[in-house]
Amino acid sequence: MPSKSRRITKKILKHELVPEHRILSLEEAVEVLRRYNVKPWNLPQISINDPVIKLLGGKPGDIVEIRRRSPTGGESVAYRIVVPF
Amino acid sequence: MSVYDNESHVIKGIKFGVLPPHEIIRMAKVTVIRDAIYEADGSPVAGGLRDPHFGAIEPGERCPVCGNTRDTCPGHFGKIDLARPVIVPHYGDALHGILQATCRNCGRILIPTDRIRYLTAIKERLKKRWPKLADTFVEEVKREAAARMECPHCGARQFKIRFIKPFTFYEEHPEGERRLNPIDVRERVEKTIDEDLVLLGVDPKYSRPEWMIITSLPVPPLSVRPSITLETGYRAEDDLTHALAEIVRQNERLKNFLISNAPETMIEDAWLTLQHVVASYIDNELPNTYQLTHRRKRALKTLAQRLKGKEGRLRGNLSGKRVNYSARTVISPDPMISVNEVGVPVEIAKILTVPIMVTPYNIEEARRYVLNGPDKWPGATYVYKARNGKKIDLRYIRNHKQLAEGLEVGDIVERHLIDGDIVLFNRQPSLHRMSILGHIVRVMPYKTFRLNPLVCPPYNADFDGDEMNLHVPRLYEAMVEAKELLLVEKHILTPRYGGPIIGGRQDYISGAYLLTVKTSLFTEEEVGQILAAAGYKGPLPEPAILKPRKLWTGKQLVSLFLPEDLDFKGKSKINAGSLKCGSEDCFHDSYIIVSGGKLLMGVLDKNAIGAEQPENLLHIIALEYGVSKARLLLDTLFKGFIRALEMRGLTMALDDIEIPEEAKEEIMGMVDEYKEKVAQLIRDYEEGRLEVIPGRTPEESLELKIIGLLQELREKAGQVAVSHMDPFNDVFIMARTGARGGEVNITQMAAMLGQQTVRGKRIRRGFRKRTLPHFKENDLSPEARGFVRGNFRDGLRPTEVFFHAAGGREGLVDTAVKTSQSGYMQRRLINALQDLVVSYDGTVKDAWGNIIQFKYGEDGVDPTLSYHGDGVKIDRIIQRVAKKNGDRR
Ligand SMILES: [Mg+2]
Ligand SMILES: [Zn+2]
Ligand SMILES: [Zn+2]
Ligand SMILES: [Zn+2]
Repeated sequence: MPSKSRRITKKILKHELVPEHRILSLEEAVEVLRRYNVKPWNLPQISINDPVIKLLGGKPGDIVEIRRRSPTGGESVAYRIVVPF
Repeated sequence: MSVYDNESHVIKGIKFGVLPPHEIIRMAKVTVIRDAIYEADGSPVAGGLRDPHFGAIEPGERCPVCGNTRDTCPGHFGKIDLARPVIVPHYGDALHGILQATCRNCGRILIPTDRIRYLTAIKERLKKRWPKLADTFVEEVKREAAARMECPHCGARQFKIRFIKPFTFYEEHPEGERRLNPIDVRERVEKTIDEDLVLLGVDPKYSRPEWMIITSLPVPPLSVRPSITLETGYRAEDDLTHALAEIVRQNERLKNFLISNAPETMIEDAWLTLQHVVASYIDNELPNTYQLTHRRKRALKTLAQRLKGKEGRLRGNLSGKRVNYSARTVISPDPMISVNEVGVPVEIAKILTVPIMVTPYNIEEARRYVLNGPDKWPGATYVYKARNGKKIDLRYIRNHKQLAEGLEVGDIVERHLIDGDIVLFNRQPSLHRMSILGHIVRVMPYKTFRLNPLVCPPYNADFDGDEMNLHVPRLYEAMVEAKELLLVEKHILTPRYGGPIIGGRQDYISGAYLLTVKTSLFTEEEVGQILAAAGYKGPLPEPAILKPRKLWTGKQLVSLFLPEDLDFKGKSKINAGSLKCGSEDCFHDSYIIVSGGKLLMGVLDKNAIGAEQPENLLHIIALEYGVSKARLLLDTLFKGFIRALEMRGLTMALDDIEIPEEAKEEIMGMVDEYKEKVAQLIRDYEEGRLEVIPGRTPEESLELKIIGLLQELREKAGQVAVSHMDPFNDVFIMARTGARGGEVNITQMAAMLGQQTVRGKRIRRGFRKRTLPHFKENDLSPEARGFVRGNFRDGLRPTEVFFHAAGGREGLVDTAVKTSQSGYMQRRLINALQDLVVSYDGTVKDAWGNIIQFKYGEDGVDPTLSYHGDGVKIDRIIQRVAKKNGDRR
């Protein structure tokens, strides 16, 4: 169990090293899986214990869209599926 | 269904489990009870490690088990019945996990019944689609169970179990630790029930935990541990046999103690010894065990040692094996062959062969090969007759003529390697994909492989004794693949940094410079020589100078080979120092302008035609006109560079690095000046007046300042030396054009070596408080701490020689250490990345279809086709479009 003394606050979402996360709606999630022609378990995973996922209230099975700055590609988009641990 | 029937079988997967005791007993055809191997008369001991029941090995011998002779007997397992059970060391961790998670009394998992059902359901669901997650889930369950100190099933109190690798368990009672011997461990894990084990990640059908503790040790058949007869007639047994003999010895000792009711401590001791010996039989490099050795010396190679490491079964025999149709010899340069070619000695061409199917179209050719036979190139070594499927060895056929005439369509002729065949050529270490390239064979006399020096960079080869390997593809698929994918010209561009990896080096660069420099004019005869060497067949351009005689510039000659609409602008390598010039109207000829395929201005040097120089002329041509155009340039123009260089000659002598007396005096003056500066720093330091660099001690500050000063001195000395050099001094040409060496090398030869360092510091090691006995203790002056003011031309003072050697040694050690470390890193990286694939939709996936990257490199750019990493070079597009529009207007 993580210690309760350190609370995670919304502050971390503003940190420059924390990229923008967004939980996709069911329709969007299905569209992502269709676009890449993959099954959910083929996606990269993100833990439900991840601080950002906790703040956003992600549940196992949710797909998150992560937009981040990339040294080669300008802005790059990645999708991760939330897993229970 | 038998494996030998004609049905095809598809392997869906491989399941590993623990070999169960009943299986071991069923397999065993003999029980070994004696450690002696042979009787006095040389026959194998019954019940020994060479008992005939292990299988037939001698010629003519019949196997007492299966009745076969040695050719057909598969060999049979035996067993050793251990007097007391022992733990198989590699299962220690697994046993530890199960012991901790289950009750010491009733053997149930330490989780309440309804929760077991709940967790099992989750685990089964995960296992289907998320096998990795199922593994971490099992770890979570284990942790949860181990944390419970009271059994929810029977209420018994639990204790922590401590495990010392590889096979010792302790139970931590409040009153002290208690050792669990293998019997205790087995009794506990025997009580676990199958349903609980499933939740702990064990498949009880294939791996019951009590099987991890053995009382019957399988003994492999003799084919696994063959004995060899030495020339002296002595028999040498395999290491495994020796290890097994030791197990039998220790087992018999323990048995005797048990029978004779020996004291408990002696039994315990013998039992532990048996445990150690069995562990070493499985893995002789375990920590905390005794190694089995050959008469106290060499450690025995036991089971794990056969599999592990570079020479082990996996890396040595399965991932990599020795192959036929390959050759290895020394390489030497041949600038006259194409970069796509490789020179193969006739001797090798007569051994390496390619099978050709005889058709109506090549039957005459095939007949010629057969007629020549195996010894005369181009001949053949074997003929496979389609008629009867027989293989005819031409070495033992007297009448080649008859065989040649009898050749029929459908026969296969194993012919010698000939010109035009494609082969794979390789130099170790194979660090990137360009370490194996496809070359077209060119059969030549003498005994070395010939390589165009332009292909040295991708192989990182030189000709100081390097050897390379050659492999012959023997199937049409393989030949086509080699030609289409591996041919040298398809690898002029590298994905490593987005530039040409193949290109000029050394003499090519000096030659290009001397050909294109403004002062070079060539007579008609010289032009003829150069163009002939380059294989030019067109008309001569108008000479640049008509009177008193016709003269051509090198730039005119180069332009003959460039694509007609090529435009290029860029700085030369010589655009530095006193020839520095940023603008396009360069007076020094150091700014390259190619317009409409004509080299108008600037010399060609490393920056234009060099290997591993991204965005140079060669790179642009390869990208925009295709790699075969670039290859054509390498095979034509570059030969012209060499010819031009040969006509002038390029060499170096002592007077090339000679500088005039007044320059030497100037440098001496500078040395004195800087020595005084350093002395002043030292005085400041001693009197405590030295300005300390923030974050540094006074000593460090002093050292840094001294190093800074002396570096400045060397740079200044170098500038003095260079400023006195004739620009057309051969050494200086090489340095300026980037052909070989740099300003540092010229400085060190002509002016001074400068400060020698070890680990970035001035030299301080050696004697007590001083570097050499020539100096007083604690002398901080430059000359006592590795400053060399001598140079290579005039020679070094004795003390300077020692300092130079100390600095030089560090470099050698560094390279040795770095290559081994980066080699290991390379191996691990490749193992991790080898099955990644870029799919057609641009995603990077592993072998299971898992997405690794949503867009390759996050920008989807193929670095091979990029401009030094950039997918698009906007300047060039604008340039081209502007020019096109200009043309139209
Ligand atoms: Mg070498
Ligand atoms: Zn047999
Ligand atoms: Zn219990
Ligand atoms: Zn200039």
